[in-house]
Amino acid sequence: MTDVSLGIPQMPAPDYPADVRARLEADAKEIIARYPGSRSALLPLLHLTQSEDGYVTRTGVRFCAEQLDLTTAEVTAVATFYSMYRRKPSGDYQVGVCTNTLCAVMGGDAIFDELKEHLGVGNNETTEDGKVTLEHIECNAACDFAPVVMVNWEFFDNQTPGSAKQLVDDLIAGREVRPTRGAPLCTYKETARILAGFPDERPGAVEATGGAGPASLAGLRLSRGEALPGPDAGQPARRSSVPPQGETPAAPSGTPGQPSPAEHASSHDAPQETAVSDPANPAGPESEEGK
Amino acid sequence: MMTVSPEKLLTPVLSAFWDDPQSWTLDTYRRHEGYEGLRKALAMPPDDVIAYVKDAGLRGRGGAGFPTGMKWQFIPQGDGKPHYLVVNADESEPGTCKDIPLLFANPHSLIEGMVIACHAIRSNHAFIYLRGEVVPVLRRLHEAVREAYEAGYLGKNIQGSGFDLELTVHAGAGAYICGEETALLDSLEGRRGQPRLRPPFPAVEGLYACPTVVNNVESIASVPAIMQRGKDWFKSMGSEKSPGFTLYSLSGHVVSPGQYEAPLGITLRQLLDMSGGIRPGHRLKFWTPGGSSTPMFTDEHLDVPLDYEGVGAAGSMLGTKALQCFDETTCVVRAVTRWTEFYAHESCGKCTPCREGTYWLVQLLRDIEAGKGKLSDLDKLNDIADNINGKSFCALGDGAASPIFSSLKYFREEYEEHIERKGCPFDPAASTVWADAGTSHLEVNA
Repeated sequence: MTDVSLGIPQMPAPDYPADVRARLEADAKEIIARYPGSRSALLPLLHLTQSEDGYVTRTGVRFCAEQLDLTTAEVTAVATFYSMYRRKPSGDYQVGVCTNTLCAVMGGDAIFDELKEHLGVGNNETTEDGKVTLEHIECNAACDFAPVVMVNWEFFDNQTPGSAKQLVDDLIAGREVRPTRGAPLCTYKETARILAGFPDERPGAVEATGGAGPASLAGLRLSRGEALPGPDAGQPARRSSVPPQGETPAAPSGTPGQPSPAEHASSHDAPQETAVSDPANPAGPESEEGK
Repeated sequence: MMTVSPEKLLTPVLSAFWDDPQSWTLDTYRRHEGYEGLRKALAMPPDDVIAYVKDAGLRGRGGAGFPTGMKWQFIPQGDGKPHYLVVNADESEPGTCKDIPLLFANPHSLIEGMVIACHAIRSNHAFIYLRGEVVPVLRRLHEAVREAYEAGYLGKNIQGSGFDLELTVHAGAGAYICGEETALLDSLEGRRGQPRLRPPFPAVEGLYACPTVVNNVESIASVPAIMQRGKDWFKSMGSEKSPGFTLYSLSGHVVSPGQYEAPLGITLRQLLDMSGGIRPGHRLKFWTPGGSSTPMFTDEHLDVPLDYEGVGAAGSMLGTKALQCFDETTCVVRAVTRWTEFYAHESCGKCTPCREGTYWLVQLLRDIEAGKGKLSDLDKLNDIADNINGKSFCALGDGAASPIFSSLKYFREEYEEHIERKGCPFDPAASTVWADAGTSHLEVNA
C-alpha cells in the first residue's frame, strides 16, 4: 500500500534533466506514431519511463502527461491499475513465483516460501543490495511447465525450491543467468524498454533457447509415433493410469517420509515428463493397433 | 474401449513444425506452405473470404466459441470509417497456455491470418495486444513483424494486391481483465482496462469508436490453413457444429503435460491414454475443461467430448481447452480459494457484484480452509456466487462463480470436512511435482 498523504498537496514533480528529456522525447514520438490515437501510447510510455527510472516516478508521470496532453491524475489513474508498473524503487531483477492454483499446488507455494526465507524479504519487497524484488504472480500461461518462476518476464520452467534458490543466488552474485525459454537476462530497465516496443537488439536474443519448449512438443512427438522424452526415450508410450469407467481406483499411496524438496535441486533441469517411464506401471506397450 | 494410436488421434497443424530448429522464422514458415493461404485470399473479393471462413465453421478459440466468420460479417461496410482488427493475445485465464507457445514457436501463422482477416473486413491497421509478462514472445513478435514488412506481407501494396496494412504490436501491463474484449479496447486506448457497456458492440463502435473485430490468437492463426487446405479439409475434423482442429493444453498431475493438437471432440481419457495418464500411483480427482472459469469436472467426465456442445451438455464450457488435472492429493478447497483470490485481485472494480462479491468469497473461503468456517458458510458461499453470476458487468464475475458452484456440487463433503475437523485434511507437500521423486528416482536408476 502506498502512503495516503493528507493536507498540503505535493509540489509539481521535477522534470527530467534536459538531455534525458530530449532522448525520451525522441522515443515517445516514435511510440506515439504507431497509433491512430495518441493516448494509446500511454501504456508503452509508462514502460518507457520505467526503462529510465526502474519504476513509475512522479517525474515519469509528468513526462507522460505532457507528451499526451493529459493531466497527471489521468496518467496516475492508469499507472496504478496495472500490476507491471512498479510504485516504488525496486530491484534489477523482478522474480515472480506463480502461485495461482495449478503452479501453487505443483510446488509454487513451497518455492515462494523458500525464497522469502532465503532472501529475507516478503512479497513485493527488495533485497538490501537492490538486486532482487520478490513477488508472487498470477498465471503466466505456462501451466504445462509448472511450477513456473519468471525473472524480468523470462520463463524459468519446471522449478523446485532448490533450483529457485540457486537462481536468486546467481542473480545476486552477478553470474550470467539463462532462462529455460527466453534470452539471457537483461536488467529490469532494459526489459522495460522492450516492453515499450523497442526490439531487443542483442545478437542472438530472438533465437535464444530455440523453438518451442519440451512440453509444447508433447503432442507433436506423439503424433509422429515418437515416445515422449525421458530416461526411457525410445520406449513406446505406456497406457494410462486412469481407471476405466466403473472400476474402483486403487487407494492413493501414502507419502510417508517425504524428502525435503530442497534435496532435489538436481531434478529440476530436465522437464518433468519422465514419469512416463514409471517402472511400477504394469501396463505394457500400447500396441493394440497401429504400432 | 479400444485404444487408438496417437498418430490417428492427433492432428498437428499450427504445431506441425514447432520442433524445427528455427520454427519462428519466415524461412521456416514459408517452407511449410506459409503465406500460401494469403495468396489465395488476396485473389478473392473480401466478402468471399468472409463467407469462406463462415462456411468452414471456425469458432472462436478464446473461450466463447462465437463463429469467427460471423464476427467479421458484422462489420458494416461502406461506412466511411476506419476498421480495425485487434488480436487478443492477453492469455491470462488460469490454466490457459496455448497462445503463448504458439506465438513463441510460430508467430507468422498469426500474422498471415491477420492479413487475411484485414483484407476480409477491409481494415488497414491491425493490433496485437500481447500481455506484457511474456517478453520472449514479444521479442519474436517484433522480429516476425519486421520480417513480414521486409518481405512485403505487411505495409503498402501487399504482394502487389493494392491492399495496405499496418500492424502494431502492443504490450499490456498486467491485468487479467484486459482479456475481456471491451476492457482490452479501453486498455489499448490508454485507459484503465474496464469493460464497456454493450451495445454498442465492438463491431459497430470498437477501437476509437470505429468498427472493430476482436479475435483470439488461435482463431486468427487457424485461418491461413483453412484458406490453404480448404474448408472441406477443415470440416473433415471435429463435429458438424464444432469443426476443425484445436490446441488442448494438458497440465497438472499428469505424466506428460503439454500441448496436444487434435480435432475438436477428443476426450480427456483419450489424451491421458496416449500421454501416460495421471502420475503413477495417483488418480484423477478434478479437472477443468477450459480454464478456472469453466465449471470443474471429475473422473465421471473423462469421456465427455471436448467440443463446444459436448462440454456444454455436461454442464461446463469448452473455454480455452486448458485441461488442468488435479489428483487425489489436492485439496479442492485450497484450489478454489486460490482461484477466488485471483478473481478478487483481478476484479476491475467497476461493478459492485464482482468487486464486493469476490472480496467476501475470499474471506469465507480462507476461513473454511483454515478450519474456522461454519456449516452455514457453505450456503452463504453459494448465495454470494449466485449474486455475482449473471449480475456482473462482464464475464469475469461469472467465471468467479464457476469454481464455487461446481466444487460445492461435487465436493461439498470436503468443505464440510474442513469445517468439522477444524482444519485442512490434506498435506500440500504430497501434491508437489517432487513429492514422489525420491522413490521414482531410485526406480529409474535401478
